Amino acid sequence: MNPANFYALVGIGLFSIGLFALIMNDHLLRKILAINIMGSGVFLILVALGKRAENIPADPVPHAMVITGIVVAVSATALALTLMLRVAAETGQAILPDEGEK
Amino acid sequence: MQNAFIAFPWAVALILLPLAGAIFCFLFPRLNRTLGLMTSFGIGVAVVGLGWQLQEHGIYRHAVSGWGAPLGIELYADGLSLLMLATTALVGFAISVYSTAYFNPTLSIRFWPIWLCLLAALNALFLSADIFNLYVTLELLGLSAVALTALTGSKEALSGGMRYLLATLLASLAYLLGVALLYHNFGSVDITLLAQQIHASPATWAALGLMGAGLMLKTAIFPLHFWLPPAHGSAPAPVSALLSALVIKASFYILLRLWFTLFEPIIESETINSLLGLLGCAAIIWGSVQAMRQTRLKLLIAYSTVAQIGYLFLVFPLATSMGSTAWSGAAYIIISHALAKSAMFLSAGNLLTFGGHDRISDLDRVVQRLPLTAAAFGLAGVSIMGLPPSGGFIGKWLLLEAAMIQQRWDLVAVMILGGLLAAAYIFKVIGRTFTQAPVTHEAQSVSATMQWSALLLAIGAILLGFLALPVLSLLNISDPTITSGVGL
Repeated sequence: MNPANFYALVGIGLFSIGLFALIMNDHLLRKILAINIMGSGVFLILVALGKRAENIPADPVPHAMVITGIVVAVSATALALTLMLRVAAETGQAILPDEGEK
Repeated sequence: MQNAFIAFPWAVALILLPLAGAIFCFLFPRLNRTLGLMTSFGIGVAVVGLGWQLQEHGIYRHAVSGWGAPLGIELYADGLSLLMLATTALVGFAISVYSTAYFNPTLSIRFWPIWLCLLAALNALFLSADIFNLYVTLELLGLSAVALTALTGSKEALSGGMRYLLATLLASLAYLLGVALLYHNFGSVDITLLAQQIHASPATWAALGLMGAGLMLKTAIFPLHFWLPPAHGSAPAPVSALLSALVIKASFYILLRLWFTLFEPIIESETINSLLGLLGCAAIIWGSVQAMRQTRLKLLIAYSTVAQIGYLFLVFPLATSMGSTAWSGAAYIIISHALAKSAMFLSAGNLLTFGGHDRISDLDRVVQRLPLTAAAFGLAGVSIMGLPPSGGFIGKWLLLEAAMIQQRWDLVAVMILGGLLAAAYIFKVIGRTFTQAPVTHEAQSVSATMQWSALLLAIGAILLGFLALPVLSLLNISDPTITSGVGL
């Protein structure tokens, strides 16, 4: 297995771990962290698959995509954390109410 | 003069104008209403300009700062994008007018910059031609939509917004992973270039699954609709209107584009399309039944949105290509639902301002005291039920026709049942507006601006029933290389 595929597989692993944590955890901070881990997984896959062959420089386009993605992820995380703090201030805990609740 | 009008890059203006408007609204909070209205009007002018260009020259392509695909970002507009842009401009303008009267000064300062950002994101999305640019615009759209949902800062709005944010981020990441796989396999993100070389392989199927699932979560098709009712039900009325009318349509638009241009060559098996149709049927029935069970008006309207999204998904088993009957029907439902549903949410906002609540059982003689609002709700209801003559009727009729030609009687039955159920939940509300409620309440005055903007949107939804031919001919401005050559 060449290193690029190894990193891509690690990326898929991170994505899956993040997805699992997002669904299983109730606390909003853990959910936000889970989303970030999923994001890192996707970025790792993008960068790893940008490597073409041994002697050719890596494809720069995925790198540009990852930089854009990181900018998006930072602003999304900032918004999520602010919302979480407001939810915690209003309800006393950083947990979403039950979905069945009407 | 005329040449200058035609040569002007209207597509670029559609993105830059709201973005500039948002920044100026943020910098000069005192002028926010004027600036916002002017921007919203300007978007309308730009759409007319772009429409003119499309009529003259066919599909429109613009290479931003001179860099074309595959490296640069290209703007692209055809009939479908034009109709989506026009709907956005029209509904957006009505919502802007309504918002000048709806929000108090504190909320108004927060509302306008985010709302104009959202408009910029929508316009950019409808003009994008590559899947990575679509990802960026989806994220912009999602973040501004969440911020607007949580605008009032109440407990329900905050948790509704939070749930919406988590759902939309998850969906975007799934979509981005799909983009990564496609880029790795085919070395491009441009939809046209990708469609030329796409072929079935495990990676393509994984990308299709990931992108499809992400977009379906954003469109809130049953059973992925869990985030929609709390978000749309708890947001301020104009925000609910724009979320239901425009934001969910944006992700559905991408799904349409991907399915009928990008993935068209590899979706040969009926299985996926039947599955999407099945979800659509389930959404129609489940959403309508849930809508009937609601006691609060805004939640009822939100569940009605869940049901109407179901109709859109019937396009996948019925349409064979872009431009077919079912495809035009779905496009028509997108527009008429946008007009009707925003009229409904704005009416609900009027009722909420008027009585201080939106409990359906306590609506008190609204017909006599707010006749314009009651009329707006009723007319919008006609379009949602799909009664003639209305935009909703034309859209559903086109879908029904396609289903009957293909002898899909199961889909015909579900569509008719959905119409009956819609009638049931809409008459449940209209019936209450005539009678006196057991508990009468102090009525607050509702400004004429708010009443008229809701009514005009509802009238627009009805008028669409008479405009079928011109609208459908606009819709058919498309790229000949995509519809005929590539997939073969």
